[in-house]
Amino acid sequence: MANRLVIAPAPHVHGSESTRKIMRDVLLALTPALIFSIVVFGWSALMVTCISVASCVLFEFLIQKFLLRGPRTIGDLSAVVTGVLLAFNVPSSLPWWIVMIGAFVSIAIAKMTFGGLGKNPFNPALVGRVFLLFAYPVQMTTFPRPVGQLADAFSGATPLAAVKANIISHTDINFQDILFGSIPGSLGEISALLLLVGFLYLLWRKVISWHIPVAILGTMAVFIFIVGLSQGMQGEALWEYPIFHLLAGGAILGAVYMATDYSTSPMTHAGMIIYGIGIGVITVLIRLWGAYPEGMSFAILIMNSVVPLINKYVKPHRFGVK
Amino acid sequence: MKTFPKGGVHPSDNKLSRASAVEVLPLPEVVNVPLAQHIGAPAVAKVAKGDQVKTGQLIAEAAGFVSANIHAPVSGTVTAVEMQPNGQGQRQMMITIRREGDEWAEGIDTSSTLVREYALTPQEILAKIKAAGIVGMGGAAFPTHVKLTIPAGKKVEYLIINGVECEPYLTSDHRSMLERGEELMVGISILMRALEVDRAFIGVENNKQDAISHLTKLAAGYSGIRVVPLRVRYPQGGEKQLIAAITGREVPPPPGLPIDVGAVVCNVSTTLAIYEAVLKNKPLVERIVTVTGRQIKEPKNLRVHFGTPVSSLLEAAGGLPEGEVKVLNGGPMMGRAMSNLASPVIKGCSGITVFAGPSAFRRGESVCIKCAKCVSACPMGLEPYLLAKLSRLKLWERLESEWVSNCIECGCCQFTCPAAIPLLDFIRLGKQEVGALVRARAAANASRK
Amino acid sequence: MEILLYTILTLCIIGVLAAVILYFVAQKFKVHEDPRVDQVEKMLPGANCGGCGFAGCRGLADALAKRNDISALFCPVGGAPVMKSVADFLGKAAPEKEAQVATVRCGGSCEKRPRLNDYDGAASCAIASSLYGGQTGCTYGCLGLGDCVSACTFGAISMNPETGLPEVDPEKCTACGACVKACPKGVIELRKKWPKDRAVFVSCVSKDKGAVVMKACKAGCIGCGKCAKVCAFDAITIENNLAFIDSWKCKLCRKCVNECPTGAIRLVGMEPLAKEPKATPAQKPAES
Repeated sequence: MANRLVIAPAPHVHGSESTRKIMRDVLLALTPALIFSIVVFGWSALMVTCISVASCVLFEFLIQKFLLRGPRTIGDLSAVVTGVLLAFNVPSSLPWWIVMIGAFVSIAIAKMTFGGLGKNPFNPALVGRVFLLFAYPVQMTTFPRPVGQLADAFSGATPLAAVKANIISHTDINFQDILFGSIPGSLGEISALLLLVGFLYLLWRKVISWHIPVAILGTMAVFIFIVGLSQGMQGEALWEYPIFHLLAGGAILGAVYMATDYSTSPMTHAGMIIYGIGIGVITVLIRLWGAYPEGMSFAILIMNSVVPLINKYVKPHRFGVK
Repeated sequence: MKTFPKGGVHPSDNKLSRASAVEVLPLPEVVNVPLAQHIGAPAVAKVAKGDQVKTGQLIAEAAGFVSANIHAPVSGTVTAVEMQPNGQGQRQMMITIRREGDEWAEGIDTSSTLVREYALTPQEILAKIKAAGIVGMGGAAFPTHVKLTIPAGKKVEYLIINGVECEPYLTSDHRSMLERGEELMVGISILMRALEVDRAFIGVENNKQDAISHLTKLAAGYSGIRVVPLRVRYPQGGEKQLIAAITGREVPPPPGLPIDVGAVVCNVSTTLAIYEAVLKNKPLVERIVTVTGRQIKEPKNLRVHFGTPVSSLLEAAGGLPEGEVKVLNGGPMMGRAMSNLASPVIKGCSGITVFAGPSAFRRGESVCIKCAKCVSACPMGLEPYLLAKLSRLKLWERLESEWVSNCIECGCCQFTCPAAIPLLDFIRLGKQEVGALVRARAAANASRK
Repeated sequence: MEILLYTILTLCIIGVLAAVILYFVAQKFKVHEDPRVDQVEKMLPGANCGGCGFAGCRGLADALAKRNDISALFCPVGGAPVMKSVADFLGKAAPEKEAQVATVRCGGSCEKRPRLNDYDGAASCAIASSLYGGQTGCTYGCLGLGDCVSACTFGAISMNPETGLPEVDPEKCTACGACVKACPKGVIELRKKWPKDRAVFVSCVSKDKGAVVMKACKAGCIGCGKCAKVCAFDAITIENNLAFIDSWKCKLCRKCVNECPTGAIRLVGMEPLAKEPKATPAQKPAES
């Protein structure tokens, strides 16, 4: 017979998923928010994103080529995702060299030192962002104002910062502005609506499950609502309080795109919910009683460190085991 | 619509031979009949070189309770009883018969007339099933009489007939349900009598609408038989998943058995074999085999006598495509790749699936990205990524405590893995090692007592 | 100023508290151990290969210190010199064992044993061997997927890409036996280590009948028994169509090498005997 037989253990068919396709889907989900940022902040938003992506890919390539000498994984697009997410977490006015430093910390320190994709315990983009926040606090908290539109009351501060500093009250804010993104803020976090569109896309493509985002946002809403009640808020002010906190700042960007990072989140659905609740609680604690107006990055990084423990103790329901 | 509680995947079903009626493959000139076609002890040969045998004559006897009789699939002369390579190239004992004519042993009714009447006790039915050498024909080939012998203190509440056929490509059970529905009903009522239960459920996946409506019509004429349509989802045809889908009960991990939750599951083809054994005195000598694959010219369902070389089935379906091919004994999710196409069709062989060209090969493996898709896909509530990792590290005790023995080797984890990691290869290895560990421990305990 | 004071004070209190807790925890979990175990462990090679049967060097050191009779204990890596010094240190009789070396008993190279199919599963001999008979017609020989290579902690085994078979570097091999355990086919054996790495062994483990072996492999043992007849030291036995040379009885006389019709008996580190006109060996078959 002119045939050569191929032998392998079952299964002999494979689903259509691949690492590259997943990363491509995440990038697609982030695209509307990126385009919106470019519209709002101008070309500088695109510049920051491009520098961030290019440096992330470059650093990963150089490290794999000269230090690890292992297989190259540039093609899987994971460094591109890290680059975009890092850019989304910084102001669009950030100088190019600070963006590059952030990319270096993200890729070289937070990702490759642990062995690369799938092995890093902390979300690389957030490590980069938090590093920049400590190293360059001024540049990292000076947000350019969106082109035209917004009231002078903010003077470059994000709504969260303004509310925290008691400059304004959350009831002063026009909800349409934060929903559609006509507010100062990090490059990618401003348009809650477009980020949610991306979330729906990721859910539809089964890239992520609903557990982590819903647990985080749900916990935040409930917690903030209770705080509002205890502060004697009433009526519209009470209802708007949690909505404001969910839409403002990096809550949605963090809950949907950062906390769901595969290698730094739990493996079981029950674990994901515990993890999400933890992030929600810590975020609110920092936002309301901490030194920073925004606590999403810290909350996610803190809960990242608990993930191995969650994976160890929170197991799926074993079929047939009581 | 009912389905099992957790996990599972949706491979495209590719039922290419769904509409082709069963054809009879001409009898081969020479058959090789392995003595180990079932789970349990290999049968003991009762014939020697030079003996004349008739079709349906007992040629090897069950060696113990968990074993099965084997009958001559053709009439002719025994030319050898010796070690020969099986489908995986491993040598095992086989009886070789050179066919002469087509003469059946006495007392076997080979006609297709439907028989309904019988007056047998459960014990008599069981004895006939055992004598006919019937084993589970869905693939596992577990001796059926063992499954139907209910241990003292247990009671059967559900008889479940497995017509799910969730493996992609395979259609042999589907065709049987369509073409031999009436006999299937009689077979089910025999089983109900044997198990002394008054209700039976036929589980059929929703992608076989014709079979569901056909059987529902027929079932109306029998009391206690119900057809249960199930949502399409692999591995619904797994015994444990099917029981969970229909009864909502979960079979405990090994050594737990379906009877622990009051269920007995029997495959459609097996039920038809039971009908023939009990009412027509016909031992298990043939079965329906689907020969299929995207690159196969005429995918079809063939009625084949055991011992027929796989290569002649492939020829009947238009031959193998050129170049590199993967030929599976079974379907793409759980079938075993074959390295010897001269090997015979045996009792557990429900299909021959062929992949050619790039589809014959696996995708290249990349690193685990911890996406947890395998955890979500596992129908048994295991963490495949962890099991595979522990197995690579040879941490067998840890594997045992992570319930590796509960794995049913359905392949959902590996199917769904975006990094194309050979998860199941390593989990299967770990399961074998843990099995050996558990057996060694049991043996040590037994000898201490 | 006040803040500074409070800070220093708080730090001091935390420090003292931590020290107290640590002290009590250390007391609670203190393990009394024979001090000699530490010293013995230092004398051992520290490879933690498990070749002695213990999980690591510490396990062996513990057993050496505890047991009175240590004749059953042996570190294959350190060999006789290390065991001697350990025994002297502990004041016990040194266990003795002749040097061994891992030997791959399969000569089925790519050339001699053609591949008939392509294995596409995970690169592991254990997985392949539980799946099927292998890529060649021989179901006994080396699968060539390198479980022995990854089992070796000393880097002594490597795959020869030309033959597709593993090769043992006798200089690096410590005879720990890890590869012997790792090989699902039982191809590797620990054999007596002769000076200059000389060896004579049957490089085949196939129990198939001669005809089957010949079809699958040009270098297989067909169990003809000629080697056993010519052996003057009863070192060669034939069982299940397979010849086996006991390395502890073999004197490296090399007579069997010339007898083997398939070249399954391998000779390492020595010249074969000159082919004499078959006088003595030819008589023997005639007698029987």
